[in-house]
Amino acid sequence: MTSTPVIDLERIAEEYGNARKALARRITICAGTGCVANGALKVFDAFVEKIAAAGLPVVTELKSEAPAATAKPDGTLMSHSGCQGFCQMGPLVTLEPEGILYTRVQLADVDEIVNETLINGRIVDRLLYEDPSNGKRCKGTADIPFYVRQARTVLRECGHVDPENIAEYIHHGGYFAARRAWTAMQPKDICEEITLSGLRGRGGGGFPTGRKWEAARVQPGDKKYVICNGDEGDPGAFMDRSVMEGNPHSVLEGLMIAARAIGADEMYVYVRAEYPLAVKRIRRAVQDAEQLGLLGDNVFGTGQSLRCHVMEGAGAFVCGEETALIASIEGQRGMPRPKPPFPAQSGLWGKPTIINNVETLATVPLIIRQGAAEFRKIGTEKSPGTKTFALTGHVANTGLIEVPFGTTLREIVFNIGGGVTNAKGQVDGDGFRAVQIGGPSGGCLTQEHLDLPLDFDSLTGAGAMVGSGGLVVMNKSTCMVNVARFFMQFTQNESCGKCVLCREGTKQMLALLDDIIEGRATGETLELLERLAVAVKKGSLCGLGKTAPNPVLSTLRYFRAEYEAHVHQKSCPARQCKGLLGLTIDPEKCKGCGLCARKCPVNAISGEKKQPHRIDSSKCLKCGACEEACKFKAISWN
Amino acid sequence: MPVAVGKPTFAVRRFEGVCRILEEHGYQPSRLIPILQAVQEEYRYLPTEVLTYVATALNLPPARVFGVASFYAHFALAPKGKYVIRLCDGTACHVKRSIPILDALRSRLGLSEQQKTTPDMLFTVETVSCLGACGLAPVLVINDEVHGQMTPERAVALVDAIITKEAQQ
Amino acid sequence: MRTKATVTIDGREVAINGERNLLEVIRKAGIELPTFCYHSDLSVYGACRLCLVQVEGRGICAACSTPAQDGMKVRTTTEEIREIRRIAVELLLANHDQSCPTCPKASACQLQNLARRLGIEKVRFKPVHDPEPVDRSSPSLVRDPNKCVLCGDCVRVCSEIQGIGAIDFAYRGHQVAVLPAFGKDLKDVECVYCGQCANVCPTGALTPRSEVEQVWKELDNPRKVVVAQIAPAVRVGLGEAFGLEPGTVVTGKIVAALKAMGFNYVYDTSFTADLTVIEEANEFIARKQAAKNIPQFTSCCPGWVKFAEQYFPDLLPHLSSCKSPQQMFGALAKDLLPAKLNVDRKDLVIVSIMPCTAKKFEAQLPRFQKDGVRDVDYVLTTQELARMIEEAGLKFNTLRPESLDMPFGFKTGAGVIFGNSGGVTEAVLRYAVEKLTGVTLDSVDFEAVRGEEGLREATLEVGGQKLRLAVVHGLANARKVAEQVKAGQSPYDLIEVMACPGGCIGGAGQPVYRDRQPRRLRTEGLYEADKMLELHKPQENHFISELYREELGEIGGERAHELLHTHYHSRRRIADTSLSLVDGDRSKLNISVCVGTNCMVRGAQTLLHNLIRHVEERGLQDVVDVKASFCFEQCDKGPTVVVGDKLIHKCTFQAACQALDEAVAVEPK
Repeated sequence: MTSTPVIDLERIAEEYGNARKALARRITICAGTGCVANGALKVFDAFVEKIAAAGLPVVTELKSEAPAATAKPDGTLMSHSGCQGFCQMGPLVTLEPEGILYTRVQLADVDEIVNETLINGRIVDRLLYEDPSNGKRCKGTADIPFYVRQARTVLRECGHVDPENIAEYIHHGGYFAARRAWTAMQPKDICEEITLSGLRGRGGGGFPTGRKWEAARVQPGDKKYVICNGDEGDPGAFMDRSVMEGNPHSVLEGLMIAARAIGADEMYVYVRAEYPLAVKRIRRAVQDAEQLGLLGDNVFGTGQSLRCHVMEGAGAFVCGEETALIASIEGQRGMPRPKPPFPAQSGLWGKPTIINNVETLATVPLIIRQGAAEFRKIGTEKSPGTKTFALTGHVANTGLIEVPFGTTLREIVFNIGGGVTNAKGQVDGDGFRAVQIGGPSGGCLTQEHLDLPLDFDSLTGAGAMVGSGGLVVMNKSTCMVNVARFFMQFTQNESCGKCVLCREGTKQMLALLDDIIEGRATGETLELLERLAVAVKKGSLCGLGKTAPNPVLSTLRYFRAEYEAHVHQKSCPARQCKGLLGLTIDPEKCKGCGLCARKCPVNAISGEKKQPHRIDSSKCLKCGACEEACKFKAISWN
Repeated sequence: MPVAVGKPTFAVRRFEGVCRILEEHGYQPSRLIPILQAVQEEYRYLPTEVLTYVATALNLPPARVFGVASFYAHFALAPKGKYVIRLCDGTACHVKRSIPILDALRSRLGLSEQQKTTPDMLFTVETVSCLGACGLAPVLVINDEVHGQMTPERAVALVDAIITKEAQQ
Repeated sequence: MRTKATVTIDGREVAINGERNLLEVIRKAGIELPTFCYHSDLSVYGACRLCLVQVEGRGICAACSTPAQDGMKVRTTTEEIREIRRIAVELLLANHDQSCPTCPKASACQLQNLARRLGIEKVRFKPVHDPEPVDRSSPSLVRDPNKCVLCGDCVRVCSEIQGIGAIDFAYRGHQVAVLPAFGKDLKDVECVYCGQCANVCPTGALTPRSEVEQVWKELDNPRKVVVAQIAPAVRVGLGEAFGLEPGTVVTGKIVAALKAMGFNYVYDTSFTADLTVIEEANEFIARKQAAKNIPQFTSCCPGWVKFAEQYFPDLLPHLSSCKSPQQMFGALAKDLLPAKLNVDRKDLVIVSIMPCTAKKFEAQLPRFQKDGVRDVDYVLTTQELARMIEEAGLKFNTLRPESLDMPFGFKTGAGVIFGNSGGVTEAVLRYAVEKLTGVTLDSVDFEAVRGEEGLREATLEVGGQKLRLAVVHGLANARKVAEQVKAGQSPYDLIEVMACPGGCIGGAGQPVYRDRQPRRLRTEGLYEADKMLELHKPQENHFISELYREELGEIGGERAHELLHTHYHSRRRIADTSLSLVDGDRSKLNISVCVGTNCMVRGAQTLLHNLIRHVEERGLQDVVDVKASFCFEQCDKGPTVVVGDKLIHKCTFQAACQALDEAVAVEPK
């Protein structure tokens, strides 16, 4: 018999509820990376200070054993939340019970909010989000198209709960699914349930999660591992970061269920070190779970032990590949090894291991809680459930979104995203060029795909990939060859260098793209590029190499004319490729005002006052600042 | 008061910081990466002497330790400047023109792809693949401070402000 | 019902018989799938992507990492696969130093061979190769990174077989390189020069260091008397270079070739191997009787000796103090031959022909020199000898065998089997058993110590006492038994260690081989050579008896010790550069400013900045070098600055300038 007391989830949930009820109001400040960069933490402190100064009770931490002092109906609970997704509008401040969302709240606004809203019950109109389509002010998320059109299930709690308060998570039904899995379900049943739900891995290829678990479950042996892959390295993707920051316990609960499903007693969370906040939150979550006895030597009174380690990555995209990640945990260079054997057979330290992505794990408690059938009600037949995307680039509303599989690109870009923006950041109805989806492993989709229902298979068919879910919108000023080159540069840098096709192939693809961009290409260049891309895709050792050519292949497929313009006409239709163009000052039009010279960040422009100026092309960065600055339209691209 | 204490006998260097870190990690070779992370925290980079010492203490070949240290982007094998400027070149930042910002910074500080740190150790300029702050693209981080919606001019202005501030001290 | 599992390869059914993977089944079927990174003795790596095959229902797979399963249908040469293979080879060529005709690996280079096999006539990709300096620092090996295809065979052989890891992958992506620790020279790291990396290297990235040029010069010098000694393993390896079956004994032809090239005398290292047995067996018997420094390790293998000096300094007293046969020969020859051959000692040149690259290292050790003159002047590997024979234009296969010169050309079978793993032990037994029991052996074959396993054990009853023997090859295995000894738990009395797989016959100086078969045949060849000889026990070698009688005196005596025994030193793994903090120019005054975290907080950066400016303003750049440096571990007293030889705590700009002024004043301009 073990002496560790068995956790009483009901009691914790109730005590939290009581403590929370004792306070009338809650102000939640988004403390995601975006909002923090915009000063959210200072805004938080200002609120605490101003509310107290106004003579109102304010608490920053909710203690379940609520001290009487805080049990006042006019008390305010100030809390941080994880990323609420609407990063561009940050810092975001939510007031409950009113359901008000104030956007872009600056220090100077705090006084007004306290006086107007808290004391007088009036809404500060100018801080509400304005719907650019109709100019209407929206009171809260329930009115904002960005939120209304989403289906937030995995992200439901993100942005509402305090990620550092385990009791609140439990109050919202957290860890009940884990308890069910550990006490009322057999490992086989859990694997079956997950298989029935049709859950597919959110980290890339969409492998059925249930099948992965089952493969590890049937392996003999006492020692098994589960690993949460939080090494989200795709440039332009931050879904996993947001989940880890916003609701770390959901990830931990998913891990615990996975551990039960395969019979593991040790868990790892591998988090990208570029995400210090996510690391901190996950560590805190593990610590709190240990303290409550959720983790330890007597999980839910079963007498079984379960431990969780948190490891920070050290900066290698390839560690998102599961065998490379395992090597990294083992203290080696993060180089993938050939499969088979699969990690489910022989993984960490040669033991059966499953590795799941953050979002996948955060979905698991939901499935156990509501059942596979309920889960399948959203999404598509082959890709049930929802998917989070990081919506970025030339789009009015950038941020984190969650939609059911099967949602169209049009819905995402134009309705949730609020449309494509031009170089000046204004919505441009005709500006859409392409969407890059799936990061360096994915591809570009065009106008013709706007009505394609997005799921794992439709995207693969279109030459892209869900990947981890970066969704970058690109307007007409984007050169697609340059985009392909950007991703190739990325994979070339991040290739571990082990297998010949990836190491040398990405280098050569990059060189060929450079030839195209810098005007050295011939008719043969494109053919060679395509053949090389196919060889690298088919022959590489790991997923990184096998998908590295996707950005090239998909742009070649949909934007071939643009490549041909670079190759044959030596011109870049989007006027982005430096090697093919330059900036010149028309001496006829130049008045010699000197504004361009002052704007130039590298002093490439010179000339006497009131005399025509010149651009030194060897220094020029082609940033275009001078062109924008010139009032006489004397500077142009050629 | 400055104190001169005669000949520096480097042999007495006992790697106390490293020893404490190794102790904390139980001298486990599998903990190599967290150990190197902690060592870098302590010394700001990974000096060869320390890596050799770590290898010996963990009973690993020094070539293996060097292989790991040189594989991961976070490990610095040379010291960095007082201000580390990391420019995000993730997709979102890239399509919003992060490269001209990098060019402007390098040009201002006389740095390049190869030379990332100024000789006076004031600045290091490097790129990172994504900081996950895509909503604020293009993004630049100076030490731990995030600056969003950058332009080449604003970036150079930030650097100039630091140079002015430093000159006053 | 099918009874046997089979795979269909290009339409032919092939049985699966416990092969490690599909690749081995395909090769068994007689199809030579190309590979760079597959080696049957090493772990599967899967990086070269050349063994790709089409598996029905699965698509393209690397055969090396796909288990063979019953019913699999495999195609090895589809158009798709041909294209990928060609592209892979072209990609490698585009990043390769293509000075192939002058490459030491030329004829044995697998990249060259494969480009030819695949009919690659043009590389469509741009050359992206950045020349890197060639590392010629080591006495045994040349490391030319410009030829490296990053297959990792060398890395795995060094770590998996030898348990050392002197070289490993560094950096990543296109910067990846195989390097000694910190990119140091090979001579400055823990490499034991066994050269197994060079044996498995498919290209010319790692090759034995050649001494052919120097030897030709000596041969051309009429004043010099050039003497060769031939190691046992060479006679069963050299033939391979001329198309003969591995294991063919070609001793006589070697003598003929050497004589034809101008060597004055050709002797046999097996002679001193016989001598080694007598010295070493007596040393062993004495230790055993005194119960001191048991187990005794053999010391013939210089790779093992360096390994022990680096990793097991406490165990050095356990090593036999006998020199290796090569060095015994050198010492004897330099001592006795000048008088015998009537030649000046300085004009006597000893050239060893060895299967081994580490012998080159051994021969240049100061402990094997007298008055600055080496006992063994040059060491040629079997490969180098083959090259010399080719250069001389000798048709090796038609040479008429000639006899070795006497007396040092005379040996028993004991000295010949030295080239096999287990050979030293067996030779010692042939001597020691007779000596201990006083009874003449009927059979001289000790089958118990023969075999292929990397760690073999045998127990023998000799004269009422048990002798427990261990025979080890591969230094990873040596590490295991040495750890046991260190822990005081070794059950053995005598431990034979050879660094190379199979012993000297598997040495890296031998013609390169890819699988175990040549090694097996060479081993058989040596046992065969033993059988063909008249005598098998070193004590039967009457030239040795004569040598003791006339020159050496007593076994293990004073004169024997002087010529035939040596001593060992502990050795640092990484050459000592740790005292130098900055790569400063020693002729300048060095100023180092600590930029560790604590000093940084206390204003080290400003200090550094001001000092650089100060030095520039005073125009002292030519005499003063200001550098940032790593932590001096004086954090509580930071900022710490070193000016020349002076360490300053809590340093201020003024204090540093003052120290600088003082130092510059005394520094001669």
